Amino acid sequence: MRQYLIAGCAALMCGLVFTGCTKKDPPETTEPAGNGVVKIEFANKVGIGKLSLNDTWYVNDHGDSFKVSKFNYYISNVKLTKATGTYAENESYHLIQQDKASSLVFDLSDVPYGKYSGITMTIGVDSVRNVSGAQTGALDPANGMFWTWSTGYIMLKLEGTSPKSPSGSISFHAGGYAGANATQRTVSISFPTEITVAKDGVNHVHVEADVLKLFKSPNLYDFANTYNISTAGAAAKGFADNYANMLSVTYAGL
Amino acid sequence: MKKVMIAIVAAGMSGMLWLAGCKKDEIDPRTWRPVSFEVPKGWPQPAYTFASNPLTFDGFELGRKLFYDARLSRDNTVSCGSCHQQVASFAHIDHDISHGIENRLGTRNSPMLANMAWHTSFFWDGGVNHLESQPIAPIVNPLEMDMTVPEVIDRLNADADYRSRFKRVFGSDTINSQRVFRAMAQFMGAMVSSNSKYDKYVANPGAGYFSEQEVRGLSLFRQHCANCHKEPLFSDFSFRNNGLLPKPGVNDSGRAHITGLAEDRYKFKVPSLRNIAVTRPYMHDGRIATLADAVEHYRSGVAAMSTTDALVAGGIVMTEKDKSDIISFLETLTDSTFITNPLFAEPAK
Repeated sequence: MRQYLIAGCAALMCGLVFTGCTKKDPPETTEPAGNGVVKIEFANKVGIGKLSLNDTWYVNDHGDSFKVSKFNYYISNVKLTKATGTYAENESYHLIQQDKASSLVFDLSDVPYGKYSGITMTIGVDSVRNVSGAQTGALDPANGMFWTWSTGYIMLKLEGTSPKSPSGSISFHAGGYAGANATQRTVSISFPTEITVAKDGVNHVHVEADVLKLFKSPNLYDFANTYNISTAGAAAKGFADNYANMLSVTYAGL
Repeated sequence: MKKVMIAIVAAGMSGMLWLAGCKKDEIDPRTWRPVSFEVPKGWPQPAYTFASNPLTFDGFELGRKLFYDARLSRDNTVSCGSCHQQVASFAHIDHDISHGIENRLGTRNSPMLANMAWHTSFFWDGGVNHLESQPIAPIVNPLEMDMTVPEVIDRLNADADYRSRFKRVFGSDTINSQRVFRAMAQFMGAMVSSNSKYDKYVANPGAGYFSEQEVRGLSLFRQHCANCHKEPLFSDFSFRNNGLLPKPGVNDSGRAHITGLAEDRYKFKVPSLRNIAVTRPYMHDGRIATLADAVEHYRSGVAAMSTTDALVAGGIVMTEKDKSDIISFLETLTDSTFITNPLFAEPAK
């Protein structure tokens, strides 16, 4: 008798649950739960062309010629935007280095099945990791993106040459993690088309970084005047305001 | 505090006994429990808590080995211990400014090291914000050890003893900068000096630890000095201009070098005065050779600058007797157990 009662109660509860579901959105129940892979693929560009280190002259929006010898930046706290909720990568710190092809691609390997409409990421490293002592992986100071004399990560580093520069070289090291001098910039970009992470197939997201944007807006750089940034402060902050505009997503899909 | 010292001393003794071939019923250091870090009675909570870097005897010992290892410098000549000598409470006795490899000279005096776990910033300008982020600065500074982090890792990886030590401390023989700096933070963080005559006096003022002159000196110190050199750590860890004119040719702007703010020009971190009698010379650039002259500076040497601290501007009024009383008190801050503790000494090769 007791068993019947329990079964009856369970059935009743199921009924209640079903009733509740039906009123909202029933089709989702057909999708199996699980995680898929989304590949994030970076390409560094100068305008429409691919960035090539050391061997190619480019011209900034001020009309100054320059070559690039190094272009590195951190991408951290990567998130994908769902219709409801967000996927956030765990321990999400990536160092993009133009001279290291393997650094340009990383996998988000545990993205729950579902539809995603955009990506949010930080150019740079959040303040917490700037004040938490010795780090490892992408944040290892051995990577050369760390100020030892004034603790903090170099969020983005571009080095090269320009005949307009009084020193002949251009060197932009953006750092500073706190308050008005913060140089981390978080950007949210919609995908051109929504992606569906499901059991079959791997999605790719193509992110482009345009070097020309670093010198363009809101601060137009004349390399005769602005050719070296090596400390936290107003100049680095202005540079960060520029690189906040450098990223775009050109493709998202299988 | 006593418990920490006892624990570390006990661990050291057991290690020594074991090395000497101890009996089976002695403590086996391979199963030694983590040493504890305890805050001395009446002290504030430390900034560094070992929360993500649990203090163990093996970790402490690895940090000590690294601290005294000249292979951390490019030409294998300079270790941390070169400029931080235990006899001087880990300052560089009789050296005004730091000496790096190839006789390269820095611009600032090597500060003494004690009670580092309580420091909220490091270096005279406070540019470094974390104990684990401290060692990298002198290692890569061209005027000090002129090394690179990858080269440090390569050299340590080539040493089987280091590999086995890292494995013991961290569970695998991977050597990376995080592990190196955490081991060093264990050693430096455990360097606690809280056993001076002053500490004994404060714990038991009626027990006759202080002479009448030392009691007067403490009273004058509290009146004139303790606002910045705040007990029990003898620093409030703030940045202040104590009226030392910048040296021509060096023109060290101090804290402003980090903040970029004009209001921080010529401000330097208030140093702790613990063990002050053994850490000569004095001031951020070591320009004052004796403790008496350092005290005298605050009476007659404070220069007026736009950022000179209001607490010392115009000089502190004190008689000759006041001055000698203050000095006699400052000498009570020497912790002889700290500067002679074999556990902080250079390990036998």
